Amino acid sequence: MMNQAGGSTSGSGDAAPAPRRNSKRPKYSRFTQQELPACKPILTPQWVISVFTLIGVIFIPIGVASLLASNKVVEIVDRYETECVPKNMTNDKVAYIRNAAIDKTCTRTLKVPKDMDQPIYVYYQLDNFYQNHRRYVKSRNDAQLKDAGKANETDSCDPEKTTADGSPIVPCGLIAWSLFNDTYRFTLGNKNLSVNKKNISWKSDRNHKFGKDVYPKNFQNGTLIGGAKLDPNKSLSEQEDLIVWMRTAALPTFRKLYGRIEVDLKENDTITVTLENNYNTYSFNGKKKLVLSTASWLGGKNDFLGIAYLTVGGSCFFLATAFTVIYLVKPRKLGDPSYLSWNRNPSGR
Amino acid sequence: MKRFVYINDDSCQDSYCDNRISNRKYTLLNFLPKNLWEQFRRFMNQYFLLIACLQLWSLITPVNPASTWGPLIIIFAVSASKEAWDDYNRYLLDKQANEKEVWVVKNGVRKHIQAQDIRVGSIVWLRENDEVPCDLVLIGTSEPLGICYVETAALDGETDLKTRVIPPTCVGLDSEQLHKIKGVIECPNPDKDIRRFDANMRLFPPFIDNDLCPLTINNTLLQSCYLRYTEWACGVAVYTGNETKLGMSRGIPEPKLTAVDAMIDKLTGAIFLFQIVVVIVLGFAGNVWKDTEARKQWYVLYPNEGPWYELLVIPLRFELLCSIMIPISLKVSLDLVKSVYAKFIDWDEEMLDQETDTPSHAANTAISEDLGQVEYILTDKTGTLTENRMIFRRCCINGTFYGNESGDALKDVEMLNAVASNDTHVIRFLTVMALCNTVMPVKSNSGTISYKAQSQDEDALVNAAARLHMVLISKNGNTVEINYNGSIVQFEMLDILEFTSDRKRMSVVVKDCHSGKIFLLSKGADEATLPCSIPGQQIRTYIDAVEQYAQLGLRTLVLGWRELQEDEYREWSRMFKEANSTLVDREWKIAEVCQRLELDLEILGVTAIEDRLQEGVPETIEILRQAGINFWMLTGDKQSTAIQVALQCNFISSEPKGQLLFINGKTEDEVARSLERVLLTMRITSSEPKDLAFVVDGWALEIILKQYKEAFTELAILSRTAICCRVTPSQKAQLVELLKSCDYRTLAIGDGGNDVRMIQQADIGVGISGREGLQAARAADYRIGKFRFLKRLILVHGRYSYNRTAFLSQYSFYKSLLICFIQILFSFFSGISGTSLFNSVSLMAYNVFYTSIPVMASILDKDLSEKTVMQHPQILIYCQAGRLINPSTFAGWFGRSLYHALVVFLISIHAYADEKSEMEELSMVALSGCIWLQAFVVMLEMNSFTLLQFLAIWGNFVAFYVINFIVSNIPSAGMYTIMFRLCRQPSYWITMVLIVAVGMGPVLALKYFRYTYRPSAINILQQAERIRGPIYSLGNLESQLKSVEKDVASLSLNQPKNRNSVYEPLLSDSPTATRRSIGPSTFDLFQSTQSRLSSSYLRNCKNN
Repeated sequence: MMNQAGGSTSGSGDAAPAPRRNSKRPKYSRFTQQELPACKPILTPQWVISVFTLIGVIFIPIGVASLLASNKVVEIVDRYETECVPKNMTNDKVAYIRNAAIDKTCTRTLKVPKDMDQPIYVYYQLDNFYQNHRRYVKSRNDAQLKDAGKANETDSCDPEKTTADGSPIVPCGLIAWSLFNDTYRFTLGNKNLSVNKKNISWKSDRNHKFGKDVYPKNFQNGTLIGGAKLDPNKSLSEQEDLIVWMRTAALPTFRKLYGRIEVDLKENDTITVTLENNYNTYSFNGKKKLVLSTASWLGGKNDFLGIAYLTVGGSCFFLATAFTVIYLVKPRKLGDPSYLSWNRNPSGR
Repeated sequence: MKRFVYINDDSCQDSYCDNRISNRKYTLLNFLPKNLWEQFRRFMNQYFLLIACLQLWSLITPVNPASTWGPLIIIFAVSASKEAWDDYNRYLLDKQANEKEVWVVKNGVRKHIQAQDIRVGSIVWLRENDEVPCDLVLIGTSEPLGICYVETAALDGETDLKTRVIPPTCVGLDSEQLHKIKGVIECPNPDKDIRRFDANMRLFPPFIDNDLCPLTINNTLLQSCYLRYTEWACGVAVYTGNETKLGMSRGIPEPKLTAVDAMIDKLTGAIFLFQIVVVIVLGFAGNVWKDTEARKQWYVLYPNEGPWYELLVIPLRFELLCSIMIPISLKVSLDLVKSVYAKFIDWDEEMLDQETDTPSHAANTAISEDLGQVEYILTDKTGTLTENRMIFRRCCINGTFYGNESGDALKDVEMLNAVASNDTHVIRFLTVMALCNTVMPVKSNSGTISYKAQSQDEDALVNAAARLHMVLISKNGNTVEINYNGSIVQFEMLDILEFTSDRKRMSVVVKDCHSGKIFLLSKGADEATLPCSIPGQQIRTYIDAVEQYAQLGLRTLVLGWRELQEDEYREWSRMFKEANSTLVDREWKIAEVCQRLELDLEILGVTAIEDRLQEGVPETIEILRQAGINFWMLTGDKQSTAIQVALQCNFISSEPKGQLLFINGKTEDEVARSLERVLLTMRITSSEPKDLAFVVDGWALEIILKQYKEAFTELAILSRTAICCRVTPSQKAQLVELLKSCDYRTLAIGDGGNDVRMIQQADIGVGISGREGLQAARAADYRIGKFRFLKRLILVHGRYSYNRTAFLSQYSFYKSLLICFIQILFSFFSGISGTSLFNSVSLMAYNVFYTSIPVMASILDKDLSEKTVMQHPQILIYCQAGRLINPSTFAGWFGRSLYHALVVFLISIHAYADEKSEMEELSMVALSGCIWLQAFVVMLEMNSFTLLQFLAIWGNFVAFYVINFIVSNIPSAGMYTIMFRLCRQPSYWITMVLIVAVGMGPVLALKYFRYTYRPSAINILQQAERIRGPIYSLGNLESQLKSVEKDVASLSLNQPKNRNSVYEPLLSDSPTATRRSIGPSTFDLFQSTQSRLSSSYLRNCKNN
């Protein structure tokens, strides 16, 4: 397809340039004469049809592989925020969640649909929660999180900068303040299923973004309590829930890693989840879901890529066929000068 | 208002400016404010400044203010330094002129000073061939009669030498006295009228203290004229510097804006409006969302009572978010590529004038793409089309044609034999050639004889006669000596019947000193001389000869003679003297008297002189014509000469094929009627395959431009060709203005100072750096050595530049819109709060590096090879009238950016949903998607790939990853480790491939479909090039040549048959028509639109 057409055009340029007489004379080079050898691909039917066929050939296997990978992932999703409200409080869920006196414990049972190999990831999923809201996403101070000496740097942490008496909050800002505080405990039959909460955050965050010697200060001390409280004796780099939470999600529906269950689960196992339903999503009608999922080489359960690849592959085959048919039915000579408007006889003028 | 110039008086010189010529725009002091002011007059710059200021408000800024301030400052710095550089170059040119050494009398002594130090009142001495440095009043010359010869071509384009005389009061002063002369000249304030100078002079004692001596333009030497054939001359400076007649008519050069620039500004305006709409809609929606939803989102903690400006915060945030819609890098990229285009012109070896070794030069680096859009070329004649060098080529004596075979009568053996054998007819013929003129022979010290001629024709004739051994040796008073084959013959010159444009002939009366016989020798135009022939003489052959020569494009003169009887001459001589001394209607009376003598001539023969056209002029005009460019010739020269040259260079066709329509008349009524008639003919015949051209002279033009501008404008639109003769520099400029006001792109080309205003007025000014001085070249945007380079300048450089700029600018909008649409789409998922998906670093780098560099490589893109373009100049029409960048092509790019934004965003958020939807990751996925897409878009839209382009596109692609790997290594950066993390995920790569496939698949399919089934002429030629390509590169010379020949043959066969179809659509497809109705189909359904348009246009014309 690619043709060194430049090879021929540049030939004329080689006609040895006359000896230079004068410095005014421009220096000769292929670049200055715009004669660099170039290839000029054009869209021939053969080329275009084979490109589309090739895309089809490549895409469909990848699509199948992606779909298989996605299907292999076993996922249990349990939406609990409505069920966990006591019957008598369903009319005023916000009052229920705000009332600290009410016990928020709630029990759910999950059935394992298929065998799940460890590690099983435990996520919580929030819907309609705008971690990407401009007011929210900016409300943090990275310097403060990393460096113990910079506790006073609370720029951009509005409106959660300082306590009422003016001492800085560590970690400051809305993100930290609204830390998710539901908790889950799992039992399989009578056995406790331990959830490993170590290393659920990014290693780079633990090592470089959150200081080992930075401890929470004045956190959730104010009149307004947002979300979870932090253990003031644990350094921020160990507060992995906070670190995970502070990796803000780009979309209003998101999952965040809660921990890992490092036990294989068998089909039809029943898991009992005891959870503390503390986090307020009722005021904005957000959903809360608990997700247990295995992972594949592509990540979690997501059919999108597979389906998209199959669709694109299919369309490419279709286009290739269509173009072939058109090409065979209505062949057209490329580069026929008679198509040029000025070589064509005017008709009907 | 008068000015009083005291000659040679140092005390009162300071009231007028010095002789410093300045074409500069800035001075050191006013550079910064003036330049900033000029830059801020552009809407785009004001806009960016506003955005940059808004970004300083941290509450609303989505990104770091540096991301706008940085580029803004760079942009201003780049533009300013470019302006400064240009101005510096102008300064250098001025300096060269200003520092030229001239002789000036200071305190009675002649001194060498720089031209810029000449003051009003100084006495300037000039020597032969000097350029006049400022406007002077002549007070002395080396010639005894006080005359001198000047060449005014640089001022008014007339090549005849003109005589200038010193005023009567100064006659007889020797050079000693001239050093000490004192006096006063009363003259009007500077104006630009080069034909008028009404002033008085009075000399102070001890010089003859007579009354006021009136001065006219004949007593002046104007700036930029050349002193010729006069050993020296001296004059008093009356106007200096920029106040000279030339300087005043120069006009102020305005910065030129190309059509593409104007279109970009327009598109920017449209985008701006779109952006405002987006901002208002999103701002409103954002405020609504905030009040309904955000208050429920407790974690956002909106205060109940906001500040007063709270309603504005969200709209302003969106304004800033959307501000990248208008690409800030566009101006910088355009400036950069434009200077490269200019460099390509400078470097072009094929536009190097081999004779003088001068390369072409683009002085204005900003308007190259306008060259590709030229619709009208207004050209000067003298020195531009012609070489301005007359050569005697052929003659016909007594029915014998000489020089027909060899093309040069001087080398014709028959001719030489005839001379050697003393053929009487030939000898008489040569005698007339040598005598019937006003040429002055000058013997130099070495004994060689040179001639000073007022007219180039006479010079050619005398020189030719000398080559044929009839040498004019000297003219002393009334005695003329001729050396014929070694023997000296003396004649007494009795009378000279001068040439006038009415009589179209000149004669001399001479007396052979040897025999005492009196002869009348005549030469003149055929139509003026042949009727005077002696009744009974067979003049048929001469008429044939004239016709034959005229068809060859030679200037013909008919020579005749008659022997006069003593008493006949005496009687006539008395009448002639009488007529010469009449005060009323002198010219007419002289003509009448001359008529009485110029009778019964024996026609001796016809001479044919070649006013050599520059090499390649007819071909160049032909090719540019085919490219749909209309030609107007504006010349200060005579009508007949202009028409003759026009015929020679394919400018107009002779009778059956073409027709000349004359607009003339002396009074307003005559002109009006004439114009009306021409217009009517033009309307009727515009559908016929005839080359119509109108001819108008300066006088009629002045009336027309004053009174009948509208009718003339219509005529201008209808006519593809026009010849305007005897026009002044300012009329030339007015004509350019007229065409510009009809929305045409005009190119003016000239070589003399009289073209300067036209060159400055036109969209593009091209100067020919010829022998006439550098006036025009200095003022021009482009300097070329020869007229024929124009075709390469337009078809190659102009066309490529336009294509490249059109792609580059629209692409810049595309990529900015792409990223902006993604931001807008993201805002729907972020509570319409104005969050930026991308971080500041990415945004800035996206515009400045990632997307600018690959597209910069388009400066090497060539859609068609130069050869193909030259073979099919018609494709230039795709460049004219903004056909590659206009609202409809832009709509295509707009749609593409929207589609690509949707593809990138939707695929990213679905592939990176749920647990993967981390902000930094998603942002990087979307950004990579854009980078991948844009690399493929550039690949698809480019036509030819050199190594550099590959490097730019894929090197940039690699650089994107390298840069991001580096940034991902910085712990404090927001995107620390992100890129490593992504590159390890298979899903990232799969997502990228998906984005490219979904984004490019439909684009490719659509392009292929168009390319194959609805090809534009460019596509067809690309295909043709490619199909013929292998044959060429196989090196099979023979078959290659054959195929070329066949092509040429088929083309030329097509040519006459389809002349109609070649010319008519171009005429009727006048760019105004298309431009005003650019529909969505203009892009590729061009042909059908064209025919529809043309028919409707014709109908409109007829209805008028």
